[in-house]
Amino acid sequence: MRLELKKRPEHSKAMAIASPLIAIALTVAFGAILFAVLGYDPLKALYSYFIEPLTEAWSLEELASKATPLVLIAVGLSVAFLSNTWNIGAEGQYTMGAIFGSIIPVYFWQWDGWMVLPAMMIMGMIGGALYGAIPAFLKTRFGTNEILTSLMLVYVAGFFLDWLVRGPWRDPGGYNFPETRDFSEAAILPPMFGNGAMHWGAVFALVAVVVVAFLLGGTLKGFEVKVLGQAERAGAFAGFSRKKMVYFGFLLSGAFSGLAGIATVSGTVQQLQPSISPGYGFTAIIVAFLGRLNPVGILIAGLMLALTYLGGESAQVTMGISDKVVRVFQGMLLFFVLACDTLILYRISLVSGRSSAGKDDAPRENLVPAEEAV
Amino acid sequence: MKTKLFAAAALALGLATGAAQAEPLKIGFIYIGPTGDFGWSYQHDQGRKAIEKALGDQVETTYLESVPEGPDAERSIERLARAGNKLIFTTSFGYMDPTLKVAKKFPDVKFEHATGYKRADNVSTYSSRFYEGRYVIGQIAAKMSKTGTAGYIASVPIPEVVRGINAFMLGAQSINPDFKVKVIWVNSWFDPGKEADAAKALIDQGVDIIAQHTDSPAATQVAEERGIHSFGQASDMIKFGPKAQLTAIVDNWSDYYISRAKAVIDGTWKSEDTWGGFDKEMVHLAPFTNMPDDVKAMAEETEAKIKSGELHPFTGPIMKQDGSEWLKDGEVADDGTLLGMNFYIKGIDDKLPQ
Repeated sequence: MRLELKKRPEHSKAMAIASPLIAIALTVAFGAILFAVLGYDPLKALYSYFIEPLTEAWSLEELASKATPLVLIAVGLSVAFLSNTWNIGAEGQYTMGAIFGSIIPVYFWQWDGWMVLPAMMIMGMIGGALYGAIPAFLKTRFGTNEILTSLMLVYVAGFFLDWLVRGPWRDPGGYNFPETRDFSEAAILPPMFGNGAMHWGAVFALVAVVVVAFLLGGTLKGFEVKVLGQAERAGAFAGFSRKKMVYFGFLLSGAFSGLAGIATVSGTVQQLQPSISPGYGFTAIIVAFLGRLNPVGILIAGLMLALTYLGGESAQVTMGISDKVVRVFQGMLLFFVLACDTLILYRISLVSGRSSAGKDDAPRENLVPAEEAV
Repeated sequence: MKTKLFAAAALALGLATGAAQAEPLKIGFIYIGPTGDFGWSYQHDQGRKAIEKALGDQVETTYLESVPEGPDAERSIERLARAGNKLIFTTSFGYMDPTLKVAKKFPDVKFEHATGYKRADNVSTYSSRFYEGRYVIGQIAAKMSKTGTAGYIASVPIPEVVRGINAFMLGAQSINPDFKVKVIWVNSWFDPGKEADAAKALIDQGVDIIAQHTDSPAATQVAEERGIHSFGQASDMIKFGPKAQLTAIVDNWSDYYISRAKAVIDGTWKSEDTWGGFDKEMVHLAPFTNMPDDVKAMAEETEAKIKSGELHPFTGPIMKQDGSEWLKDGEVADDGTLLGMNFYIKGIDDKLPQ
């Protein structure tokens, strides 16, 4: 006797909408138990986690600033994932985008004027796209598994950045510490309001959401993405090229990741350092799936995930709740969301004897190394 | 009217500070690792607790742990400032620029940044001359090692770490001119798994003493298992290696933290740079254990000499790794050069990653 997941023949529309709400309700319930067992007032803890970060303007700006790279990367990834192209290396493309874009403020730091920022952003997109093209080339030419190659290239990019900031790009006036010179005023994405945290990268993210929504919903290319993702042979009969689609997925998601990288470096960090990302490229994979590979869903999921980080900090500051507890709570939230999603697509049945389920019935989410991002 | 109001407010404030039920000073801390790392962050947290113990009701402390350097740091620091903290300690090098950015937005909040070099009117910097301790443990290593080779687990190649390796080597060379040091870079401050792997690799290469510049006790635990000696880092790690640990370089932030908190309460705080060693009690050595009495006596003597200023670890003649002269006979390195140190001295068998 054992439990087995069986694919449901039909998905309930109502449940698809209700599932995130059920997941949040379950998280809140179990979170309250967790906090109570640890001796914290559960209502106060939940308030400081979910509500407090939303009560002040500066905190909302921080939320937008944290969600910006997540949403930007995730909408790009959603196109790749929908076309059945598994780009797991967004973190590397993010890093390469940041490096390419930073060529301008590092080497041409005296250059001033309005041209600087657009040039940096475009360079960032080119950097990310070119780096994404490597696994695309390896896949189309040699048939390598893009999950592995794109993931491994993440570490290559990280070490390349590390080498640059310790070596040739090191700030000449910085006591040999591993950082580039501070970006000049012209190379910094300005804040949208006063001197707040939200910079113009947030607009890029919104534009990306609209562009991808239009691409998927209103163009032939979007149709091609979905056809090749769901039925490759059918796509081939329609004259769609699988190889071109692999490149398209990688170039697009790479460019968006690269833009996220240079926007974060230019708007938030304002110089290159060995660490420029708290795992945005991996977390964005979760965001893409939480948002069900739908641009608007991704926007909401990105904001929600950003909230869990801010809420965690807020709970630490106002209640003295340990960072570890906060992480357990984040884990619970993701667990319930994915569990509820799984139960929409599958049902649990008790079976005796041998399995009848084929490999194809395995949940798609399992293909993603979710633990990388948490 | 306005001035009157201001005067009244100032008077009220003055009375309030004088009174016993004064508003407590809120103090915030940002840690790079978990407070349970039993090394760097743990020791800063001990400093936080020391403030609470010493100043009681006059203060209220908060901390954020495991805050990564990079895009998140600024937000975390700003949150502490927004939460009403008037004195904020940011305890890792990578928080330097974020600290300055937040300090600009909150001119009435005092900031204290550890191990950096950029200051502002409301940003002080502080660090310890850990290298003084490293010179002493270098001497102990040279006395205690049978193979004449020590392993050194290094974190990230910033000047502070390079300086530590050089000081360790200078101490060792003062005892045994042919002493060898093998260095492994783990590129992280806190990664117990990698630190333990590095320790194992070094032992397999024939070292019989391990020093480290990473934050967890993992290497000391490995040394204990393999029956060799080690030095603790940042915190006294004797309970992780009762037979292995010879001594540990202990960061003592408590006195400094208490004095800075008092200065804010008294209104005497001003921006400055503090770089203290044995003399200011910012660096301690844990009790000398697992060594013969003569080695212990030597270590104590060196410690006393450095403390009194009689001995500076970086005194010439010292050659750089490539054999070129760095310091002439009797010449002492200036702080500027030490702060930016990015070269090895002669005899270190490693290529500096850069």
